[in-house]
Amino acid sequence: MSYKLQFAELLPYWNVLLYGLVFTIVLTIVSTVVGIAVGTAGAAARTFGPGWLGRIVAVYVELIRNTPFIVQLFFIFFGLPALGLKLSETIAAFLAMVINLGAYSTEIIRAGIEAVPKGHIEAGLSLAMSKWEVLRHIVLNQAFRKIYPALSSQIIIVMLGSAVVSQISAEDLTYAANYVASRNFRNFEVYLLVALGYLLLAMLTRSLLRALGRVIFKAR
Amino acid sequence: MLQFSFWDILSNLLIATQWTIVLSLIAFFCGGIVGLVLLFMRTSRIAPLEWFTKIYIEFFQGTPLLMQLFLFFFGIALFGVEVSPWMAATLALTFWTSAFLTEIWRGCVEAIPKGQWEASSSLALSYIEQMRYVILPQASRIAVAPTVGFSVQVIKGTALASIIGFVELTKAGTMLNNATFRPFLVYSLVALIYFCLCFPLSWWAKKIEGRLNVAR
Repeated sequence: MSYKLQFAELLPYWNVLLYGLVFTIVLTIVSTVVGIAVGTAGAAARTFGPGWLGRIVAVYVELIRNTPFIVQLFFIFFGLPALGLKLSETIAAFLAMVINLGAYSTEIIRAGIEAVPKGHIEAGLSLAMSKWEVLRHIVLNQAFRKIYPALSSQIIIVMLGSAVVSQISAEDLTYAANYVASRNFRNFEVYLLVALGYLLLAMLTRSLLRALGRVIFKAR
Repeated sequence: MLQFSFWDILSNLLIATQWTIVLSLIAFFCGGIVGLVLLFMRTSRIAPLEWFTKIYIEFFQGTPLLMQLFLFFFGIALFGVEVSPWMAATLALTFWTSAFLTEIWRGCVEAIPKGQWEASSSLALSYIEQMRYVILPQASRIAVAPTVGFSVQVIKGTALASIIGFVELTKAGTMLNNATFRPFLVYSLVALIYFCLCFPLSWWAKKIEGRLNVAR
């Protein structure tokens, strides 16, 4: 190999890459919070809601889970303006992430809810707790404890998937890498650096979520 | 100006779908073979081999598939080899698939009771023989459902090959959209075709899983 890797060429662009990193982190955090809220609502609708609502949620979940994220993103960013709904690339990226994680977390949380023994719900109702109180204190409490590891890995998968939003020029870490590569033509160096950045981010997210889980689900 | 009717769009998309299917099959089978080799290494209890596979899996599961595609596309070129999008996509998807399959299968191997290992080693079977005749036949039974489930991820993963210029379903959709300016129709059709490819597999995986639970 006659080519010499030149990482020093990336130094002048540190602020571009840092901006991209912050964008990716914010994108992940916001879509995680909103996406899990959507997923909780979806799972509750599927298990406790009326039949028609459950079926709509089921169609939403299957549609999202069986199509690639990039197609969902293109549909939202390029397809929806044809119906008169024009979104900026940042909003479209956030929306696509929320819709995607919402579908996956609906399915994960539903599995957790169904694992809660029926007797617990009946016991709660017989203690004159309202339906909401039962859902909040008995069902979701136990469900989240059970599915927390699965949800954590889904969050990391979604964070890695967010690299795709660069394709509608939302300014995330991958967009920054493409930008730098187009300026100094050190493609391999910048992609290697950014790939390691993602790896570090994934490992950091995993240990942070594990620590958070220990705090939230402290042994009673 | 050339006009595209609905049927022109659909037939062009279906032609490109063939490439999505071919790429998925290659990635899945080559990934399966590499994954099987890695599985033997990962469960071999030989420290350097285990460390290598751990780092390998960590890298391919911890970085975006898109980055891996870029790295293969631009990385191989550094050796002075001409890289086609076809080659970069095949290699990246194969390695990415193998990392996930190894982890899935390792879980299945570890689900086999320890007594099976002990019994077979007391019968003087070598490690390879233990895996071949005792462990894998049992592990493969529980591995079918998650493996079929993962094949859906592979099909969806091939959509990213469009970004490095491999013409498959997603790329064809983008090109047709540029020619027809009917993004809503084109991307709806693209999504629908992906759904028709993936949903039967998801459904099948769920069905196998259900059958296993009944058996228990």
